[in-house]
Amino acid sequence: MMDQLLAPAPAAQAPAPARRFKSGSNLERMLAAGHFAVTGEIGPPKNHDADVIRRKAALLQGCVDAANITDNQTAVVRLSSIASGAILVGQGLEPVVQMTCRDRNRLAMQSDLLGAAALGIRNVLCLTGDHQSHGNHPGAKNVHDIDSIQMVRMVKEMRDEGLFQCGEEISGGGPPLLIGAAANPFADPFELRVHRLAKKVAAGANFIQTQLVFDMSRFREYMKRVVDLGLHEKVAILAGVGPLKSAGMARHMRDKVPGMVVPDGYVARMEAAVEGVAAEDKTARREAWRAEGIRICIEQIQELREIEGLRGVHIMAIEWEEAIRPIVEGAGLFPRPAPEA
Amino acid sequence: MIVAKQKPLSELTAMLDGYRNVLAVGCGTCVTVCFAGGVKEVGILASALRMARRLDGQPMSVAETTVQRQCEAEYIAPLAEGLDEFDAILSLGCGVGVQTLAERFPDKRVLPALDTTFMGLPTEQGVWEERCQGCGHCVLDITGGICPVSRCAKQLMNGPCGGSQGGMCEVDSDTPCAWQLIWERLDRQGLADRLLEIQPPRDWSTSRDGGPRRIVRDDLRLPPPEDV
Repeated sequence: MMDQLLAPAPAAQAPAPARRFKSGSNLERMLAAGHFAVTGEIGPPKNHDADVIRRKAALLQGCVDAANITDNQTAVVRLSSIASGAILVGQGLEPVVQMTCRDRNRLAMQSDLLGAAALGIRNVLCLTGDHQSHGNHPGAKNVHDIDSIQMVRMVKEMRDEGLFQCGEEISGGGPPLLIGAAANPFADPFELRVHRLAKKVAAGANFIQTQLVFDMSRFREYMKRVVDLGLHEKVAILAGVGPLKSAGMARHMRDKVPGMVVPDGYVARMEAAVEGVAAEDKTARREAWRAEGIRICIEQIQELREIEGLRGVHIMAIEWEEAIRPIVEGAGLFPRPAPEA
Repeated sequence: MIVAKQKPLSELTAMLDGYRNVLAVGCGTCVTVCFAGGVKEVGILASALRMARRLDGQPMSVAETTVQRQCEAEYIAPLAEGLDEFDAILSLGCGVGVQTLAERFPDKRVLPALDTTFMGLPTEQGVWEERCQGCGHCVLDITGGICPVSRCAKQLMNGPCGGSQGGMCEVDSDTPCAWQLIWERLDRQGLADRLLEIQPPRDWSTSRDGGPRRIVRDDLRLPPPEDV
């Protein structure tokens, strides 16, 4: 049954002339070349200041193969992900535009996907979206017209079959977008997590970015199941990592963030990092924490590189984009190799 | 059943400001069972309103009655008699009851005393939970008898989302994750494999997105008068 579901869907019409790449994006060509991919993440500002995007992009340039742009992350209104993506395109840093099902119905999604492609965006990450009750407009209505798996399939049918979700033809062909999806191996029920990944693959996902990995043993178990099902051959899985900024942040992520597992050992390491540093010396504590956070992140990437089936890492250092370069360098992933031509 | 709860007294006194003679109308069906608008609640609310108005120096007369079913015209028809003496009707029915009264008595101000909240059931004494949103296309056959439209905060059809942890929803740690429940139920029935099937986008036109809904049963309709 699983094999049937994972088999490519039969084309509705005569197949389009074979394209070497689905999107031609840098990320797709890096993965095609067999390189261990590195993606980063940029959180747009809560205003219309394009310079914030440009400054963050400059910090990631040369360190990552593509940079995600969050879409009203944690349900807080921010500069649009597609507009930010267009700014990145202009700057020569490849964006992965995130799109949630929370704020758009299928009309708005398709319209925005066409717009994104018209602006030179070549990667999209299809997400459910955090619930609005966590954000700054908790009284908002949510949409959820389609879910993230249905969205992946919709984008695939737009791209590969040139069809809108309603079945109407897209004159001139569909938008060339590499399709990403998220996976959270740390949410429950664990048994269902690999199956949900399998559904995203069957729906047409080309790459997966996971939730932040802290619990390495659970992630290894997850990847073992992924490899057992052969999913790693059908989709490029990038493990999510991110540097801890402080012991408080480590505790918060361990205790408060839904769908996140942070083992006590990391909390203890962050707490130990400031031992002997005077409590009043805020700057020294901050630096000690941040150095330890980067060290842990580098170790994690090195551990992750040993896991079978993993094709890259996705580094999330929101509001600390300066950390990306030392992490990529420290992990021996700098400079970035050339993508497949 | 339709589950409702009484509006706060302060909201009701503000709503009734200026009215002197009010008829409070309860309903003997759903809102009686959920202790929001039956005979007893009509009596308690009427007393509370009289007292509040007396303390404000604006006494108000509140008459009490409860019909068996506020959502059908024939049950509320007898209220027509003597209605002239009241300057407003305060309905303790659900939103359907309020509107049935307003349609039947279009010249009368009809005001809601309840917030109608959901279709659901009591899960323990004093606790009611939502189970149905009347989306017009039931999927309970594929979700093990657990509704993701009413019980998943994101109405996912291919859930659970990444916020499900320890069996609970990311929105509220007291709310079970519907998709965890669906998975457990189907697993128990040996049908967990069904969750591997991708459910396609829904046709929401059967839900409120298609506009106000109407069911017409020709087999039940009465023939037009000229054919009789």
